Amino acid sequence: MMSSAWLIPLFPLLAFLILLAFGRQLKEASAYVGILATLAGFILALGAFFERFAAGAEDYYVAFKWLTLGDKVIDMGFEVTPINAMMLVIVTFVSMLVHIYSKGYMHGDDRFPVFYSYLALFTFSMLGLVISPNLLQVYIFWELVGVCSFLLVGFYFYKDEAKAAAKKAFIVTRVGDVGLFIGISLLFWYSGSFNYVDIFNAIQNGVMQPWQITLVGILIFIGAVGKSGQFPLHTWLPDAMEGPTPVSALIHAATMVAAGVYLVAAMYPLYLASPDASQVIAVIGGITAIFAASIGLTQRDIKRVLAYSTVSQLGYMMLALGTASVAGYVAGTFHLMTHAFFKALLFLAAGSVIHAAHTQDIFEMGGLYKKMKITGTVFLIGCLAISGIFPFAGFWSKEEILGAAYTSGHTGLFWMAVVAAFFTAFYMFRLFFVTFTGEPAQKNHAHESPAVMTFPMLLLAVLAIVAGFINTPGAPILGHWLTEGLRGVPAGEEHSAPFWITIVATGVSLMGIGLAYLMYGKKSVSRDIIAGPLPWLYQLSFRKYYIDEIYDVVFVRTLRAIGYFLNVVDYYIIDGVVRLVGAFTHELGNAEARVQSGQIQTYGLVAFLGIVLLVIGLTFVRGLVG
Amino acid sequence: MSVPLASYLLVALILFCVGLYGALTKRNAVVVLLSIELMLNAVNINFVAFAKFGVLANLTGQIFSLFSITLAAAEAAIGLAILISLYRNRSTVNVDEMDLMKR
Repeated sequence: MMSSAWLIPLFPLLAFLILLAFGRQLKEASAYVGILATLAGFILALGAFFERFAAGAEDYYVAFKWLTLGDKVIDMGFEVTPINAMMLVIVTFVSMLVHIYSKGYMHGDDRFPVFYSYLALFTFSMLGLVISPNLLQVYIFWELVGVCSFLLVGFYFYKDEAKAAAKKAFIVTRVGDVGLFIGISLLFWYSGSFNYVDIFNAIQNGVMQPWQITLVGILIFIGAVGKSGQFPLHTWLPDAMEGPTPVSALIHAATMVAAGVYLVAAMYPLYLASPDASQVIAVIGGITAIFAASIGLTQRDIKRVLAYSTVSQLGYMMLALGTASVAGYVAGTFHLMTHAFFKALLFLAAGSVIHAAHTQDIFEMGGLYKKMKITGTVFLIGCLAISGIFPFAGFWSKEEILGAAYTSGHTGLFWMAVVAAFFTAFYMFRLFFVTFTGEPAQKNHAHESPAVMTFPMLLLAVLAIVAGFINTPGAPILGHWLTEGLRGVPAGEEHSAPFWITIVATGVSLMGIGLAYLMYGKKSVSRDIIAGPLPWLYQLSFRKYYIDEIYDVVFVRTLRAIGYFLNVVDYYIIDGVVRLVGAFTHELGNAEARVQSGQIQTYGLVAFLGIVLLVIGLTFVRGLVG
Repeated sequence: MSVPLASYLLVALILFCVGLYGALTKRNAVVVLLSIELMLNAVNINFVAFAKFGVLANLTGQIFSLFSITLAAAEAAIGLAILISLYRNRSTVNVDEMDLMKR
């Protein structure tokens, strides 16, 4: 099955082409095209995964010559390694469920087939990115992913917010893409190849200087910062909530933001060789985790809370990867997987809530549990999973991250992550209690979503419960498998994390849940306990630390001022010269046109006078007179 | 009694100037056509005069003037035909009103 892995991305591409050509005729039947394509991809991905998972399996790599530049050859192809086999399964699975779910969610939308064609293209791009064996190919798909997110975020393009959000998503991630592009180019220059394998060989053989590795590592990480919504380029991700909710699920779970984490994980041998670059990743990840979590505490929009929780969880993954240890690598990718399941679940459930309540403001909901039992239950499962409660999936992966951070000596970052875990538990359960319990804030006829929407949620809920058992501390199946072929692993024993970390982590999560219950469930603690005495603190969080405003002043206004200045230069100086030349010739033409009176006799007179002048002139020149 | 060459040339010159003046100033196209005939005839006089008194006196000048008269006749016929069709189209033969190309 690994040899046919190249077919996996092609199914969604085929679906995209079919929908592009026949979408108008298919109407809502377009959904089946997309679902079938992703189902086929998922089956093949499972096949490839299990074949790679089998004992003694080797990485599978196929490439053909694409370009020859001097003595350098650039390949195109595909490969199957443990991490990308895992990603293939996650992406196809989540995408398939989103396809199914959207059939209910987008029902009745005018641009239903268009939506499905974008979804298919998005899935294709992400699968192509994952399966690529070299960075040039990765970069191509990387940009395609960016384009698709632009199209989907701006799907409701008649709304100004959606338009602005789509542009923001595209432009902000482009800032990171520039870093990635420079990084890839430098890497090609230093190591002479785009291929992962060749690059890692070059690093192991000492072809690259340590400072070169660090520089390239940081530049590639900048690309990941943009795509994965890390501080300070996280601002696009919450705004991207303007897109349809299934798209948010896809963006936040399987595609787009996972791309950044995947890239860092795929380049892991490079980061193992550069402690400085890893340190940067760990610090940025830690800051992002706590920073986004603290914003999530006060947001009112259900999707925005989830968006900030995604940013925060991605920060966790980066923190784990930044520890430059095997444990960190396993923890980061493991969390990527579990997060994909429970975050997709949370978003789909949120979509179901929005579908029923027709609002996104959680304080306009309330008491929905009675009306939406399935949605409420799966949402609760998602909340428990993301908060890291035993035995849900998030418990195992968050545990690993905290352990990796602690054993690798990042004590400060470890405590930041613990506080972030407290915040996470608090805001997730704040969301749950406000939305699903208490008195209904509005008297509408909210009802449970159709089966086509609840089925994917139930499937994800099961995975959100059991997915963690693939890698428990006692039996780290996934971890062993992922790190088997990993190069550049530092020598020395791995310390196992002390058991008290588990207690601390679970303890803070339970505290967070408890506090949320007291404030929003039982309402025995006033909501204004913080916001009352310290309103500026509340405002700071509610206004997202004024990051957007700061960017507006520092970048947008500055650039706009420069733009105005250049526009003036262009308009008055450059255009001025052009207009002057134009006006001069125009006036000259006008003046001469007046001579052209159309009176034949005037012409005759002028011609005659000309001859007279000519004759006089010639007589003088030839010396015939005088 | 023989008339000197200068007299012939003088007559031709006057005739040519009258023709030129008429061609450049008259509004009526028929008169302009007549004036052009005058200029042509002035040239014919020159031809004949030089055929008789020129440095290489021979018959070529006279033959050429016959050609030129023939041409003038043809030109007058075509010119008048054009004028008539113009008049039919625009009910005027005034030269200064014939500026279609300009407008």
